[in-house]
Amino acid sequence: MAEFINFYLIPGVLLGSIYALGAIGITLTFGILRFANFAHGDIMTLGVYFTWSLVQFTDLHPLVVMPVAMVLTVLCSLLIDRAFYKPLRNAPVIMLVIASFGLMLMVRSVIQFFWGVQLKSVLPGIQMPMTFLDFFRISPKHIMIIVCALALMAAVHYLLTYTKIGKAMRAMADSPELARLTGIDTEKVVMATWVVGGALACAAGVFLAVDTQVETMMGFKLLLPVFAAAILGGVGRPYGAMVGGLVIGIAEEMSSYHWIGDGPLLNPGYKQGVAFVIMIAMLLWRPSGLFKGKVF
Amino acid sequence: MLDQYYGYGLYAVSLLTMGGIYAILTLGLNVQWGFTGLFNAGIAGFFGIGAYVTALLTTAPSARHIGGWEVPYVLAFAAAMVVSGIIAYAVGKVCLRLRSDYLAIATIGIAENFRLILKNETWATNGPRGVSDIPKPFESLPEPWNHISFLLMVLAIVFVIYLLLEVARKSPWGRVMTAIRENETSAKAAGKNVETYRMEGFVIGCMIMALAGAMMAHYLKFVDPNATDPLLATFIVWVMLIVGGSANNKGAILGAFLMWAVWSASEILTSRLPDELAIRTAYIRIFLIGLALQFFLQRYPQGILPETRPSADKAANPSAS
Repeated sequence: MAEFINFYLIPGVLLGSIYALGAIGITLTFGILRFANFAHGDIMTLGVYFTWSLVQFTDLHPLVVMPVAMVLTVLCSLLIDRAFYKPLRNAPVIMLVIASFGLMLMVRSVIQFFWGVQLKSVLPGIQMPMTFLDFFRISPKHIMIIVCALALMAAVHYLLTYTKIGKAMRAMADSPELARLTGIDTEKVVMATWVVGGALACAAGVFLAVDTQVETMMGFKLLLPVFAAAILGGVGRPYGAMVGGLVIGIAEEMSSYHWIGDGPLLNPGYKQGVAFVIMIAMLLWRPSGLFKGKVF
Repeated sequence: MLDQYYGYGLYAVSLLTMGGIYAILTLGLNVQWGFTGLFNAGIAGFFGIGAYVTALLTTAPSARHIGGWEVPYVLAFAAAMVVSGIIAYAVGKVCLRLRSDYLAIATIGIAENFRLILKNETWATNGPRGVSDIPKPFESLPEPWNHISFLLMVLAIVFVIYLLLEVARKSPWGRVMTAIRENETSAKAAGKNVETYRMEGFVIGCMIMALAGAMMAHYLKFVDPNATDPLLATFIVWVMLIVGGSANNKGAILGAFLMWAVWSASEILTSRLPDELAIRTAYIRIFLIGLALQFFLQRYPQGILPETRPSADKAANPSAS
């Protein structure tokens, strides 16, 4: 039991909260700007490298400098929107998908150019896990990550439920035409979407970097699970994305638990495939997702 | 002096061979994106499937991977196309009733998960070390005729695919494809089964891509999981088609040769720089080629050679011309 919780459930929740943060950004852009943003993963990587540089300059804990990195990531997101997405706003939506696919590699090449491709670390050293009730073991950095992720999700909830711009975002995700008719400034909503998406993408990347290490492909590796989480939760549904992220993270980690017999149920090398299988099953069974999202 | 020209000649042959293989890929994508309006973000997956199928079938028996049946080339090419077509059918069944974004996500998923399988199933594919000693057509001929013959074979395949696709484009089938791409609802109202047509376009495109993968495996005599790299097998093909001209088969071929020439030429330039700088400038190349894509998307979405439609008069009354 303790083994199950320590090595499968806790890592699953950890990974799941990282996916959840990434998926909120994906689901908002998919719901509000109406396109699948392939560059989202590499925006996460960009946030991680900003954080890495800030840690080098200031020698502070990565989670302390993260807000600054979030601001920088948001600025980059807005710049990218201005230069590459806005000119295509009136073109067929699929053009935006192609543009984002190109941006995915452009952002990555910029990162590789400036920071190189060597493995880095934002939090050197090994931390001893803390033990509770004699058998639950969790390391302090994992507690920090889960607490910060929950705080960010609570902030998103506050934004969407109690602020004017948050309500406008939900309205636009539900029906862009109706939102425009009621006088909502759609350009403002689009900007807000990039702000929320960029900030959360940076946070998700940094949390993963704190848990593992920094490399230029880390964001791309998050992209598919994050898409799967957004589709599982229902496109355009931020709460769905949170649930979807957690479900996929936990499912990935638990897929290699020895449910039957002694060996792992699934070769851990295929962990990344779990998200894909869940996504395909969802598209077959219920493309609108668990929370009745949009289907295009 | 003569040696130098000989070297240039061989370089030109290799440039044209690679350009030809990319032209096959771009023609495959043109069926999907240009004709049908489908977004395939996992070209690398179908390309890799083709490369691996033919590699495993045509090699000599080896303890490092399955297969090794020394199957004749033509049969192996056909098998590569059939396997790719079947996988495309399965993906299409799941995604084609939804908007193209979902197909994009699913196809990139296929490419990434195919790579996972290649890396994990070492007994079957030799894992990350890949399959080597793949036979190459005409390799028993003397230099340089072996290279030239291979090039001619690739160009002949490009030409045949081009002719077939031109016939398809001008046929009623091609017109329905355009109709669906331009206005799905009205195509449906005209009684066309949109999903079937889309499926045909998607499967045919993926089969052509697998053929390109097979060519590449034989050309390089080697294939490893990097064949499914999204940069060199997916992204660059998209750039080729958008720059050359979507929905125009000549444009697809032009874009492939042009962008491959630009890509290779820039490699020669950057490789003359000092080592550290050369590695870094490689990333600038990717950035610039991405920028070229964005430029064409925003300013010239039609590409260098815009789409031409078969004229309506001729279609209604073929004898009139």
